[in-house]
Amino acid sequence: MKDNFKKAPFSAQIDLSKFSMQDFEKATDEEKRQQDVMGESTTFFKDGMRRLRKNPLAMLAIGILIALIIVIIFAPLVIPYGYADIMKGSANLHPFEYSASELKQIAKGESVFPHIFGTDSLGRDYFIRVIYGARVSLVVGIFASILVLMIGMLYGSISGYLGGRVDLVMMRIVDIIYSLPDMLLIILLAVVLNETLGSIIKGTIFAKLGTNMIALFIVFGLLYWVGMARLIRGQILTIKQNEYVLAAKCIGTSTSRTILKHILPNCLSVIIITTALQIPSAIFTESYLSFVGLGVSAPMPSLGSLANEARSGMMTYPERLLFPAFAICLIVLALNLLGDGLRDAFDPKLSR
Amino acid sequence: MAKYVVKRVLLAFVTVIIISLITFFAMNAIPGGPFNKEKAVNEAVIRQLEARYNLDKPLWEQYIIYMKNMAHGDFGVSLKNGREIKDIFAESFPISAKIGLIAAFFAIIFGIILGSIAALKRNKWQDRLIIFFITIITSMPSFVVATILLYVFSVKLGVIQAFSAGENLVFLPVLALCLSPLAYITRLTKTSMLDALGQDYIRTAKAKGVSSRKVIFVHGLRNALIPVITYVGPMVAGILTGSMVVEAIFNLGGLGSKFVSAITNRDYTLIMATTIFLATVMVIANLITDIVYKIVDPRIKLD
Repeated sequence: MKDNFKKAPFSAQIDLSKFSMQDFEKATDEEKRQQDVMGESTTFFKDGMRRLRKNPLAMLAIGILIALIIVIIFAPLVIPYGYADIMKGSANLHPFEYSASELKQIAKGESVFPHIFGTDSLGRDYFIRVIYGARVSLVVGIFASILVLMIGMLYGSISGYLGGRVDLVMMRIVDIIYSLPDMLLIILLAVVLNETLGSIIKGTIFAKLGTNMIALFIVFGLLYWVGMARLIRGQILTIKQNEYVLAAKCIGTSTSRTILKHILPNCLSVIIITTALQIPSAIFTESYLSFVGLGVSAPMPSLGSLANEARSGMMTYPERLLFPAFAICLIVLALNLLGDGLRDAFDPKLSR
Repeated sequence: MAKYVVKRVLLAFVTVIIISLITFFAMNAIPGGPFNKEKAVNEAVIRQLEARYNLDKPLWEQYIIYMKNMAHGDFGVSLKNGREIKDIFAESFPISAKIGLIAAFFAIIFGIILGSIAALKRNKWQDRLIIFFITIITSMPSFVVATILLYVFSVKLGVIQAFSAGENLVFLPVLALCLSPLAYITRLTKTSMLDALGQDYIRTAKAKGVSSRKVIFVHGLRNALIPVITYVGPMVAGILTGSMVVEAIFNLGGLGSKFVSAITNRDYTLIMATTIFLATVMVIANLITDIVYKIVDPRIKLD
């Protein structure tokens, strides 16, 4: 063999100079494969999903949510009533009751779609109203959370990356907003925006959404992002100081690659978990505001406003109160369980 | 320590000022003045009225006058019925405070007990049962709890008269109000208790032969309660906002129900005064919490 394989004095190394090429043979493919003991490489996302799939509660929550979303999307296509359709003579029906005129139609042999949850005091099908209410709640919850996520992420990452004086000033602003009592200001802003937005958005596409809905989003965007911004800034600050980021810098990784490959994936778990838990809290706030009368505008129903309207007829029509109340609880419960499951799955460091 | 207290008091003061600024200017942004009635009023009369209530002055001057009056306990008059807001507060705040304090008391006591049981019986049926109910409770908004309680107790059981309950009814609103803070305190106590029981000083105490009761109550619980103290500020805020709908549902006539009816009636002066008043209560609660926390746990670095 070559000189560079020469044995160092007193070393336990095999003396390669005593061997020649003929003493070695090439490994066959099968032998090479035996060395391949590596498992299939998993990404961060796959790994988390694997852990999530093992959590029965989280899977149940996902099942409930998927079932709910299917019902919410397809029920309005199947049911021949609209959420604002007032049917004369069929006011105040209990579940699966028919009005006099509908009974006549049935007697004639025509098929009438049953009022699964009955009808309300104006003769609107209650099932479709609850469905639309759940739709509003989910849409508000999801979009408000995305809005909060975007503002918070932008603000938090700028503050975290730049650091120094910029960070100090930006975080002072966050501190002050954080110390404001959010629910009170939400109510206040909702009152004010309801009154003032009407003239501003007149004629634009926003007018279709209604002032209350837009007021809701503005309020969420203005107040709820601070928690997210704080969290992401804190994450970035700690991750920036990790050894692996330093190592990446040492071997000359570009800044963009450091951020994309090392900092962001480590923030991701916290971002996913917080966003998932933000949705139920946004749904809570929306239903609360609707209950007080500041949510979506009539005739569009929301679960909160349905529960509020049902209060006056609670003695005779308790189901009108129980259906929307149950719907809110089910949605929020499923989302909470999913959020907890995501936290357990994607943040293994946070073992409770 | 003194420096920290001064700093926190200043921050609290700034917060109250900012809240009052937001409230004042937001309320002024609403179109239409208090004297815009359907019937046209004489121009001169309006001008006199505006001069009477200082509405002819520039906005910032109005703000200063408003804040000065407020510092003297004069919150102005309700737009709808012309009553002094001061009187409305004096009559309704004690009701809210009474129910809120009782609810906070129950939430803290039962939250700590349940949380400790869940931690000590970790992964046994007691723990699972408690966590199961806590998870369900956290998914129920206070207005849902309140309406369902009212339904069960008035319609199904006939124990109470639904809409004429008045001040005698304390139990149900307290129950509706205390459930969600109770759930939160239980979770908090459980995690901090587990954390405390895993500490080295617990092992030392056990090794020394201290009785297990003493280990749990003196060494474990006392340290586990420190994080619970931090929740007291937010809990006050939660109970105050929760009490708005709960009071309205039970028709109690407290400050919360006054606030809700002010919103539905668009009674702007009452909304403004209540917001600033409740916000001040919350800010003070947070301030006290922060300071007590630093006193109780000297390990916390002062800034």
